[in-house]
Amino acid sequence: MHAVTSNGTPFKFSDAALAEVQGLMKKYPDDRQKSAILRALHIAQEENQGWLSVPAMDHVAEVLSITPIEVYEVASFYSMYNLEPVGRYVLEFCHTGPCAIEGAEQLIEYTKLKLGIGKNQTTADGLFTIKEVECLGACGYAPMMQVGQYYHEHLTEEKIDRFINDCRAGKIDKGTWKMH
Amino acid sequence: MGRKLLLEHAHVEGIDSYEVYRKHGGYRSVEKALKNMTPDEVVEEVKKSGLRGRGGAGFPTGLKWSFLAKPEGVPRYLLCNADESEPGTFKDRFLMEKIPHLLIEGMITSSYALGANTSYIYIRGEYSWIVKILEKAIAEAYAAGWLGKNILGKGYDLDLYVNPGAGAYICGEETALIESLEGKRGNPRIKPPFPAVKGLWQCPTVVNNVETIAAVVPIINDGGEEYAKLGIGKSTGTKLISACGNINKPGVYEIELGVTVEQFLYSDEWCGGIKNGKQLKALVAGGSSVPILPHFLVTKNIRGEQRLMTYESLADGGFESGTMLGSGGFIVYDEDQCIVRNTWNFTRFYHHESCGQCSPCREGTGWMEHVLWRLENGQGKMSDIDLLADVAKKIEGNTICPLGDAAAWPVNSAIRHFREEFEWHVREPKTCMERNYGLVKEPEMYVQG
Repeated sequence: MHAVTSNGTPFKFSDAALAEVQGLMKKYPDDRQKSAILRALHIAQEENQGWLSVPAMDHVAEVLSITPIEVYEVASFYSMYNLEPVGRYVLEFCHTGPCAIEGAEQLIEYTKLKLGIGKNQTTADGLFTIKEVECLGACGYAPMMQVGQYYHEHLTEEKIDRFINDCRAGKIDKGTWKMH
Repeated sequence: MGRKLLLEHAHVEGIDSYEVYRKHGGYRSVEKALKNMTPDEVVEEVKKSGLRGRGGAGFPTGLKWSFLAKPEGVPRYLLCNADESEPGTFKDRFLMEKIPHLLIEGMITSSYALGANTSYIYIRGEYSWIVKILEKAIAEAYAAGWLGKNILGKGYDLDLYVNPGAGAYICGEETALIESLEGKRGNPRIKPPFPAVKGLWQCPTVVNNVETIAAVVPIINDGGEEYAKLGIGKSTGTKLISACGNINKPGVYEIELGVTVEQFLYSDEWCGGIKNGKQLKALVAGGSSVPILPHFLVTKNIRGEQRLMTYESLADGGFESGTMLGSGGFIVYDEDQCIVRNTWNFTRFYHHESCGQCSPCREGTGWMEHVLWRLENGQGKMSDIDLLADVAKKIEGNTICPLGDAAAWPVNSAIRHFREEFEWHVREPKTCMERNYGLVKEPEMYVQG
């Protein structure tokens, strides 16, 4: 469980994001617009440098016409929401059983040493955060890490090196998060 | 070999598009159901098929559907559980990525059977690219007239939406999924009332796994009796198995229920045997929650009979010497793997994923993780082994939802079958940090004469 932190600059959805969230609210019956919260928070996080600040959560509450506490309690429950600032690229390593027996723990150690950070820490240049997450459903293609919307499967030290180099060179397409 | 019902066309070029899917017989089940069958007749076919829930519990689907309350003027909902998060399980992902229209078609036919006019696919948030695949398929289905108002001119309306989660294993539990879909924390509800009476927004609701809903398509196309001809006994039809671990060919396979475990594990058609010429040490047959089996109980049951890939055969022997088919997450361990470490790893998973409502699960999973960690790191005491078993026993059956049981079973079964390996960790604290134990001995009583 994470604590809700109170820092963060003011936040408002972009026009496109606001229209998207309002569209999502219509997928649920009248007065059930609260159901759009999970997706609205994903969008808010995307537009707030990868994390949910209190202003971002308060804005989601306002748009959904619910109380801020209803947003905080949801945001603090689900593991995909970051309640602290993160780097531009969040490297989420699966370390559950099937990935562990294929060497996930060693790859995580390798990456921590390479970047000089521990889990849930961000490099000084603000580029990378390392997270250790539980099973992402890629057990047959283990080990793996998720970055943004992309699964890097059959992961190796070489692939990690190449990915980190590509990130540093600005070669990662944020639309797909794939390497070029 | 055996017939494929779900993945038959999964490798056809462009099958994720509406045109190609339709060309290969797609949406016939909707035509057949809406034009020639009443909703109750569709439910009857599913009952006849013997289809059982493919998410893990194996409850008969037709029976589940028949429990749905139908009060006048109250909407009913069908929810597809695509929250696939059980370690070892990646079959639904494969189906949705490869052949998304099969799920959409199954949702339409099933929603018609249940009288639902709005249905949702609740998919785990990490599968974000599959959300796009499904939404594209849904848009194509709307454009072709399979969704929306007055489908096929038969007066039936259906809207279908995708609702991504945000990272929580517990949301695969059906009442937690409903809470999450209502925009709340995924805390499971106390049952009764069951979702069939009071589910989403207190309305009658059915929650079915992706594979279950997809299986409705061949059942309606070919008839429930045809479907029931596949498989053995009460394990009818086909099942998707996601195989991983120390095997030559990890992947998703559709098998006819009744294939022997030995064939599935060693034949080149499926897992292709243990990788690097190693020996089999253990098997988790149906996702991390099911009891782990030692090598000598994998291909044969305690009476020395062939074990089959069916609900009944895998469960043969109960928790003493059997396991469960579960979700079909088939995790294979070779002789080099450490059972104590694996049990610690799974327990950490359950501790992390416990929603925290029930004390036995919230506290018990944490204590089990703690004790397993010290055993694994050469700091354990002999009494820790019974302590672990005791904590696991106190969680089991004492929680609102089955996550407690799911956390207890891997621990109970690991101690039951691998006690000598646990004891070795205590006796040889230095050695256990340097190497793993190897295979456990088969007890005398199991050796066949």
